[in-house]
Amino acid sequence: MTWLKLLLQRLRASFSHPQIDQELDMEMASHLEIAIEENLKQGMSVEEARRQASVRFGGVEQAKQQHREARGFLWLDVLSQDLRYTFRALRRDPGFAAIAILILSFGIGANVAVFSVVNTILLRPLPFRDPQQLVWITGLPGKGGLSSQTYSTDAYKAFLSQQRSFQDVTGYFAFSTSDNTRLMGRGEPLLLSGILVNGNFFQTLGVQPILGRLFRPEECQKNAAPVTLLGYAFWKREFGGDPDIVGKAVNFDGRSVTIVGVVPETFDFGSVFSPGSKIDTYGPAILDDMEDWGNTLALIGRLKPGVSIGQAQAEADLLFPRLLFSFKHPDWGGNYTGKLSILKDYVSGKLRRSLIVLWCAVGLILLIVCVNLSNLMLARAAARGKEFAMRSALGAGRGRLVRQLLTESIVLSAIGALLGLGLACGLTFYLAHQGSIALPLLSSVTLDGSALVWTLLITIATAMIFGLVPGLKMSRSNLQEALKDSGQGLSEGKKHETLRAALVISELSLACVLLVGAGLLLHSFLRVLDVDLGFEPSRTAAIKVDFDDSKPERRGAVLRDMLQRILAVPGIEATGVADNLPLDMNRSWGLSAKGKEYKPGELPATFVYVVTPGYLNVMGIRMLAGRDISWQDETGKERVVIINQTAARYLWPGEDPVGRMALVSGMDTRVIGVVADVRESSAETAPGWQMYLPVMQNGPVGARLVVRTKLSPNVLASSVMATLRSINPAQPATEFRPMQNIVDHSVSPRRFFVSLVGIFAVLGLVLASLGIYGVISYSVTRQTQEIGIRMALGATVANVQLRVIAKTLRLALIGIVLGAVASFAMARAITSLLFAVQPNDPPTFTSTILLLTTVAIVAGYVPARRASRINPMIALRND
Amino acid sequence: MAKSKLDLLQGTLDLMVLQTLVSMGPQHGYGIARRIEQVSGNEVLLNQGTIYASLVRLQERGWISAEWGTSDNNRKAKFYAITKKGGKQLAEDAVQWQRLCDVMGRVLAMQGEHK
Repeated sequence: MTWLKLLLQRLRASFSHPQIDQELDMEMASHLEIAIEENLKQGMSVEEARRQASVRFGGVEQAKQQHREARGFLWLDVLSQDLRYTFRALRRDPGFAAIAILILSFGIGANVAVFSVVNTILLRPLPFRDPQQLVWITGLPGKGGLSSQTYSTDAYKAFLSQQRSFQDVTGYFAFSTSDNTRLMGRGEPLLLSGILVNGNFFQTLGVQPILGRLFRPEECQKNAAPVTLLGYAFWKREFGGDPDIVGKAVNFDGRSVTIVGVVPETFDFGSVFSPGSKIDTYGPAILDDMEDWGNTLALIGRLKPGVSIGQAQAEADLLFPRLLFSFKHPDWGGNYTGKLSILKDYVSGKLRRSLIVLWCAVGLILLIVCVNLSNLMLARAAARGKEFAMRSALGAGRGRLVRQLLTESIVLSAIGALLGLGLACGLTFYLAHQGSIALPLLSSVTLDGSALVWTLLITIATAMIFGLVPGLKMSRSNLQEALKDSGQGLSEGKKHETLRAALVISELSLACVLLVGAGLLLHSFLRVLDVDLGFEPSRTAAIKVDFDDSKPERRGAVLRDMLQRILAVPGIEATGVADNLPLDMNRSWGLSAKGKEYKPGELPATFVYVVTPGYLNVMGIRMLAGRDISWQDETGKERVVIINQTAARYLWPGEDPVGRMALVSGMDTRVIGVVADVRESSAETAPGWQMYLPVMQNGPVGARLVVRTKLSPNVLASSVMATLRSINPAQPATEFRPMQNIVDHSVSPRRFFVSLVGIFAVLGLVLASLGIYGVISYSVTRQTQEIGIRMALGATVANVQLRVIAKTLRLALIGIVLGAVASFAMARAITSLLFAVQPNDPPTFTSTILLLTTVAIVAGYVPARRASRINPMIALRND
Repeated sequence: MAKSKLDLLQGTLDLMVLQTLVSMGPQHGYGIARRIEQVSGNEVLLNQGTIYASLVRLQERGWISAEWGTSDNNRKAKFYAITKKGGKQLAEDAVQWQRLCDVMGRVLAMQGEHK
């Protein structure tokens, strides 16, 4: 209560000070009168009495000031005074204010944007209930792609019933492709991306529908009436957010499906489980129908409270090796492993290092910004030395002066932060709408509360750093000297000079670290782009096609007819069909040499592509030996396969595999050719085993038509679509996807990081060069007189220029050397992010050093030129 | 300014003011200042003006109260009086000071023995 009373009193004091001041004046006046009266009584003269009284009283203004400080919200007064003063000062120097604010807004904006990304992907928990309990269950992520990371329905059922660590285990069909469902009966067929999830999927994650309900157990049984849940964005887009949508029926692929609910906006399946893709609808996975599909389920479990992931892993280590692939074929075994990881780590763990590097990069930018502004403030402060000395002489305490400088820096920071927030807002909006970047959760990046708190924090920290350094420096300077100093002295404070030099040096070393980091990442990125993918993405494009596959024995004829007709479209040079494309979805089967014995687990799963003749050609996949698949490799004839080099080398070392007999999923198959390796999972990972099987002899999962053309796919789209429609009127409208897009998508995370770090490095370089230019230019201005004298005494233009440039270079070289040393340490720390580039990559280091030196020379040359043009007469007269 | 005079430690002036008010009863600023000067034998040097910051501080804490009144020689002046709370505070602070003085005395004496 007391403090409350005090607060009220102080508030009153601070708001009603004219009265209080008046009262104080009266009180002091009466004080003096009483004192004078007493002095008179003691026999002093009138004048003496008055003098003594006022000497005893001391400074009236000081006493008043003390009174004000003691009585109330003085800081409020002081603050508003400081603020008013600051705005006045900044208005007087708009150039300085504009530059400072601009620099700050870049620094703060970049930091806030990156923080938002880091926060969303790395720091914020996943948008599920108790996300720390959620566990991702996967097979050993070795070679073999998705098929070795997923489980059969029987294995899932067995694990679910035997385990004791999880509240529940759920899964989803991991092999859904995009655009796999046709929405019909609403005009032209529209392609949707649907996914099948286990009946308990949403319950396990803790996601509640915003409309309707989740799946019921009976809807996950064989022959159940089909139902669907709509994704939020799809519901908004296609149904205009119809609030009465629940219970209505839609036509998916000719089947009437009842909509039972809509999932919330916060639930974005794609962004968590399959970055860069969008899911429109969710259907219940009917496990009984999926028994013979092989390994298809990706598993997620929710730990029981109090069960650690270690305990669950111990249990999984016991259970998984005993799981069966199929209850009907216990002799097949299962050969499963189960590696558990917290879902969040699975989703963003791979990105942690990259994101931290990104965070450090913007941190460095902010440091450079601080250093730059410290420098600017210092230059400004030096120019204002007299003003401060004057204020100090008039009774402003050192604290007050520092506070004044801090107020200025905080005001600048705050304005910069506001602009920066706008910048960050735009940047995060841009990033969130980059559907093509394969980064998890990126679509949910926004400026949220924590980003605002972060902004506040860095704004204050920045202001403190760049306000305090010059502030302390300034207020320590000698009052009398500053007053006497004419401003253009011959020997400006040596200490000042040293501090400024130190600032420039640190700025250059920071920029050096940034540039080397960005250079290494850029070099890695170029190396990734240079990787031989094993196929030719340029000039090829793929489109998902629908064809009548009701009679498997007719599949070859149907596709052959389609390919011939497409080839007849003007501009199309080659065609082919495959069910999966490299760097896109994949699946794997078993492949081994017939007649050889292998240890269990010795052979990796082999990526399988079911293709038509001509596919290898249109993709530019190089035949190394043997022949391509032909239309004669019919159903019922000898089964044939083409394998890649890596598989061939292992299965038939030192022999010619062509003509040998292999086992493909247990069936005798003749090897008819060997092709070059294709990067199937990502451009950066070494290729696994791959095989190509004819569509006539194997069931494809969908079909993608690949065409090679000199024309742009957009130009061709309508004629190709017309041809496809003439074959199959139900062919839905889909887009041509240039293969290059698929490649770009695969390298998009690296491109994302490289471009951001690159931008920051350039920003750092610009700031650092501004910094060094500022310091040199300033020192030239300060030395105008000195240079004038030198020139009067016979120094040549070259002489003067050389001196200035030499000084610049000296600073730059110290900075570069320090920066290079720091860069070595930094490079080692980011080794794991590099691709085919050594941390001490000589081209990167050399070019960085050259670049920085050049920049320093240019930054020094401009003031040097100015120095050499100084007219000695004017310089000496000046002042 | 005379160096030989004592600089006041932070907070000591407040205590002196309280004690003065206890011993003299309600008093105006000048009176308090004079009294402190006299009692200290002019050892303490204070700009009399400083007293007003102390007075307003004490007032805000509720340790003294203030009222306009008339001085002995018929001048309008603000008179300060110690409150109950102020009395309690004074008692506490006085004990504190006494203890500090004792300790300081002992410590300084100890140093003296070694010389």
